[in-house]
Amino acid sequence: MFFDEQFRLKVGLAEMLKGGVIMDVTNAEQAVIAEKAGAAAVMALERVPADIRKEGGVARMAPISKIREIMSAVSIPVMAKARIGHFVEARVLEALEVDYIDESEVLTPADEEHHIAKRDFKVPFVCGARNLGEALRRIAEGAAMIRTKGEAGSGNIVEAVRHIRTIVKEMKQLTVLGKEELVHEAKNLQAPLELVEWVAEHGKLPVPNFSAGGIATPADAALVMQLGAEAVFVGSGIFKSSDPDARARAIVKAATYYKDPVKLLEASEGLGIGMPGLDVSQLPRSELLQTRGW
Amino acid sequence: MAVAGVLALQGDFEAHARILRRAGAEAIEVRTAADLDAADGLILPGGESTTMLKLLREEGLFEALRVFGETRPIFGTCAGAILLARHVTAPAQESLGLMDIDVQRNAYGRQLDSRIATIAAPGLDGGQIEAVFIRAPIIRRVGPEVGVLARYDGNPVLVEQGRRMAATFHPELTGDLRVHRFFLDKVEENAAQTRPVSVHR
Repeated sequence: MFFDEQFRLKVGLAEMLKGGVIMDVTNAEQAVIAEKAGAAAVMALERVPADIRKEGGVARMAPISKIREIMSAVSIPVMAKARIGHFVEARVLEALEVDYIDESEVLTPADEEHHIAKRDFKVPFVCGARNLGEALRRIAEGAAMIRTKGEAGSGNIVEAVRHIRTIVKEMKQLTVLGKEELVHEAKNLQAPLELVEWVAEHGKLPVPNFSAGGIATPADAALVMQLGAEAVFVGSGIFKSSDPDARARAIVKAATYYKDPVKLLEASEGLGIGMPGLDVSQLPRSELLQTRGW
Repeated sequence: MAVAGVLALQGDFEAHARILRRAGAEAIEVRTAADLDAADGLILPGGESTTMLKLLREEGLFEALRVFGETRPIFGTCAGAILLARHVTAPAQESLGLMDIDVQRNAYGRQLDSRIATIAAPGLDGGQIEAVFIRAPIIRRVGPEVGVLARYDGNPVLVEQGRRMAATFHPELTGDLRVHRFFLDKVEENAAQTRPVSVHR
């Protein structure tokens, strides 16, 4: 039921992004910098997460003119964010023909109980997750790519590490369970048994598993990839640093050579100043983005 | 056993490695010029050609691949086919020029125009193949030495030129081993000719 032709095409594009870096951009100029630096895709949004955090207010889908401007500026895939549960924003983005929609906790949620029914769309979706249950619920709804939520706009990798470790550990645990135990686990994970059984058999998600939320350096990107992420999203980390072009190139290099310390040293050198970071443990709970989504 | 390298800078290189192993080859990931030494043939996978091109240039692999392609079999799928072409359009970009084909990028449109089609493939056993096109390019011209193994909508989608091959679709995303076997035959044949005696393998 889950893996029909439409779904294979959606997952197919995610497969092509593996080993790559998806960069947040807010205009055509940044999109061109990202493409030239080797981004595998760009994410069009109105404000990067660090600014959303700072300025507050309701964060919505980016203005259409901005997204159009970005789509015509680059030849790589263009993604855009819709608010959680805002299926009309998603329909508008689909009509615009963006290549992927991120139903994202970085924007202010439009629905506090329901995510978008993503199987009904022809355009593919990526969703954030902090643990396996959340990941599998999103896949059941139709997400064709999962990314860790991390803590967007924090410049702090600690939450992305927690989330990728949690997802990987929970998947490993399923692989040693018997059939009866998987039924019980499906209940605990609040996820469909069919997907729980698939993960138990394969030891991985049935869709590509990427990481996002707090990646600010080449070493951060390599860290989450060594922990099991298959590609990375970088939000504020590039265009909130002192030299976006150099940093973008360096993170692209790190995503390819994530296991090669000498190449990572080369990538880490001469980057200027990184984005200012936040201690996530000092943030009030109401300011956490990762707790959005259900 | 033939050793098939898969260029692992970015893209679906793992999917290719999996299919190669199922087809009975040894598969290795290639990220540096030194990694090429161990490979009898090389696959350039799907992914973003702009990303791969940037890394090929910066890591000194661009020339190394050209030299590799002079003597050993090479097969590009989608982004890989773009890298192998003589001329690339939409937009124009540098390429290895190892195959006498001209390729237009993203020629079907955006992701919403991606598609799966069962196509006639007279060049393969069985004569038909399921082809997965993802933001695929179109081969707009083939040179006189290029053989067309399959077409879709009138355009060549699987081509060969001596020991080189290109596909605009993704045979690595289906369970079908025939395209990879076709390439591995070229790899085996070439290795047998160029390495007559091999005791340490």
